[in-house]
Amino acid sequence: MSIEKSEVWVTGIGLASSLGEGLETHWTQLTSGSTPVPSVDTTSQAPYPVHPIVELEIDSQIPKRSDQRQMGPWQHLGTYTAGLALDDAGIAHNEELLAATNMIVSAGGGERDIEVDAAIMESLSTADNPGALLNDSLMNNLRPTLFLAQLSNLMAGNISIVHGVTDSSRTFMGDELAGVMAVDTAVAQIQHGQGEIFLVGGAYIAERADMTMLMAMGNTLHRGEHTPVWSRESGDGGMIMGSAGAFLVLESREHAESRGVKPYARIDKVVADRCNRQPGTARMTADGLLERIADQLPSGPLPVISGCCGIQPQLSEEHAFLDSLSSRGVSPAIRGMTTVIGNTLEAQFPVNVALASLAISNGAFFDPFDDSGTEQAFAGSPDQILISTWGHWRGESLALIGKPDVSLRGGTRS
Amino acid sequence: MSHPTRDHLGRPIVVVTGIGVVTSLGEGKEDNWRNLVAGVSGVRRIERFPTDGLRTQIAGLIDWEGDGPYCAPVHSLTLARKSAAEAIAQANIGSRGSFPGPLFLAVSPAETKWDQRMDVYRSDSSGESTGYERLIRNAVQGDFYNYYSLFQYGSTAEFLADEFGTRGQPISLTTACASGATSVQLGVEAIRRGDTDAALCVGTDGEICEEMVVRFTLLSALSTQNDDPQGASKPFSKTRDGFVMAEGSATLVLESYDSAKARGAKILGVVRGTGERADTFHRTRSKPDGSAIIDTITRSLADAGMSPEAVDYINAHGTSTPENDKMEYLALSSALGDHLQQTPISSNKSMIGHTLSAAGAIEAAISLLTINNGVIPPTINCNEQDPNILMDVVPNVKRDQAVNTVMSNSFGFGGQNVCLIFSAEPDQGL
Repeated sequence: MSIEKSEVWVTGIGLASSLGEGLETHWTQLTSGSTPVPSVDTTSQAPYPVHPIVELEIDSQIPKRSDQRQMGPWQHLGTYTAGLALDDAGIAHNEELLAATNMIVSAGGGERDIEVDAAIMESLSTADNPGALLNDSLMNNLRPTLFLAQLSNLMAGNISIVHGVTDSSRTFMGDELAGVMAVDTAVAQIQHGQGEIFLVGGAYIAERADMTMLMAMGNTLHRGEHTPVWSRESGDGGMIMGSAGAFLVLESREHAESRGVKPYARIDKVVADRCNRQPGTARMTADGLLERIADQLPSGPLPVISGCCGIQPQLSEEHAFLDSLSSRGVSPAIRGMTTVIGNTLEAQFPVNVALASLAISNGAFFDPFDDSGTEQAFAGSPDQILISTWGHWRGESLALIGKPDVSLRGGTRS
Repeated sequence: MSHPTRDHLGRPIVVVTGIGVVTSLGEGKEDNWRNLVAGVSGVRRIERFPTDGLRTQIAGLIDWEGDGPYCAPVHSLTLARKSAAEAIAQANIGSRGSFPGPLFLAVSPAETKWDQRMDVYRSDSSGESTGYERLIRNAVQGDFYNYYSLFQYGSTAEFLADEFGTRGQPISLTTACASGATSVQLGVEAIRRGDTDAALCVGTDGEICEEMVVRFTLLSALSTQNDDPQGASKPFSKTRDGFVMAEGSATLVLESYDSAKARGAKILGVVRGTGERADTFHRTRSKPDGSAIIDTITRSLADAGMSPEAVDYINAHGTSTPENDKMEYLALSSALGDHLQQTPISSNKSMIGHTLSAAGAIEAAISLLTINNGVIPPTINCNEQDPNILMDVVPNVKRDQAVNTVMSNSFGFGGQNVCLIFSAEPDQGL
């Protein structure tokens, strides 16, 4: 049985990162004609630099103080950018449409109370009866609302409560690939009529000592001054984490047209697979993924957004993989997005889809992010953009964002 | 395939061909079923960690069998491996280490726990640094790569995928207490789309530690009836005072009907429908009118193409919190109408406790065992039923009764609600 699959359009984007809030500020900084200047905080997580989130006007998307108090910075950022996306798609406050809007959030967890943890650690290290002391300390010092701010599925819960999105609600976990699988699942559901309209995205806050510790245990972090991601190949490699929130409204072409909405872009393909990350296996997985999209690749110049996080050896493996596109007649114009906004984990893929969609819609691609020679200029209006995602620990993915054959949103140039 | 078998909406029919269960009642379907129909409770006093000063000192723990000290993600992984191995063996699908479909894993969100945090903290106490400054310093000095790889949000799924050879990138998911049911939903949707002929749907939760107990205590969610552990989980009772945390895992092997038939697999049941509706009211409570969970139930019936009268038995969410059991009754009264009075309903959580991320999968598994055995497990500890909950809760003693169709409810903190409907395979085909 052959079924005509629906086209999946990106019809709403909510975006905030260390570069700023909204599409226009991202576009301006990434197409200024010179190398963009990232926002970097070298002190809060020292010795590891991070890209900090810009200040947000939380009240504008989360008006009730009672709601704000139930969340930490991570849930604020996600709920906030989800609201931006709903606004942008023209469905905010439309109760009927929101009740038919499905949601897939890619989430980690919320912030711990760092000061409470610090006090407990200090007292436990000298306690005679550490078990009883831990119980007492937790009972007396944890706030009841803290757990709700930490629960992974409560970002989705808050989006339902604050913005009224109430059809299906799922939360995917697993760092970079959670974002990929959230978009992939929404696309598959739309293509097969299992939903017409989806809100998909995630958020990550990099200024978090608990996450810095987790990543440091894997010795995965870059130390010292910020450097462009490709330049880390010549050193030990390492990630710079970044804060960002990105939500997308995805809908079937028919659904968008019936309500008179223009797209930014079309999601043509998302493929993902995994391996156990023995040396060389990620490259083999990526080669396999490339085979699955080979018939949709153009010949000639192709803009590529890479989420390459900077850890070796996968940094060099992914670089070599992207260079190998030339053997298929493709000239990749690579942009290491992590150079300018860092690795934003669960938000990374939604951020990259948002920026690819913006580029398609604006009819231009970003200027190179460094002068290493890895990133070549791209002139003209992109018809397709390839997004490469390799998780810092596991998981590989490729996605193709395309240009619908209709008049586009105009993005920030409208 | 020349004549694919389709459901009432023209979709591939999804069946269950493998079931695996591990709970505080035992390892494997047989032990669990024997204890469930005998009305045995798996709840005990907590011995894994000191409970001094905790208001709740009981749980449905599964004893830790690891070599070293208890490690939460390893325990969740171990439980999941057991249930998945049992389900795959029963389905007799694929080959060893090669499952022919994707993995959907309902799992507790990964968090570095106090044991590991203190390991890192204590590993170097030199110098002036304290708190997270010291943790961050020590993290990279010591050999903690194992913790890095265990405490990622995708770790459990990745290690399961390594072992069972599932296809593609696994999905780790959470919808709080509805997670296990969500994993089944995702598998059903993938098969209905024709993306795959089979899916491995797993729920697991082995993460009970002191901080989890404290967190739920601070939300006033837990029973504090420590003197009588086995009597503490008492869904639908007048004296219910909260849920009892527990551990467990269940796995369902889902397949398309045609694929299962083609390879001669025994069909254990049909997933007839799924329904879902997110709530907007409150982070831990349902809308007072129950509309979100009513919609969830109504949508599952519509998805199954069934009227309420087709439901023979309800596997309740039945957590034993004052709020849930009242709201579940309200929603069922509205969604099923008069038919509710003729429909037995029982809560597995009265015996197993609330296995959180795994509960939806475990109860889906038990729903299928109920169909296969023609016996309804009881709601134990029901000595004084709440006079405002007018349902046949199968109090205390199992009931021999043929069951063709089961509705299984899962409602999560955070407002994510899922309802699944299972039926026996019809004698006359589909």
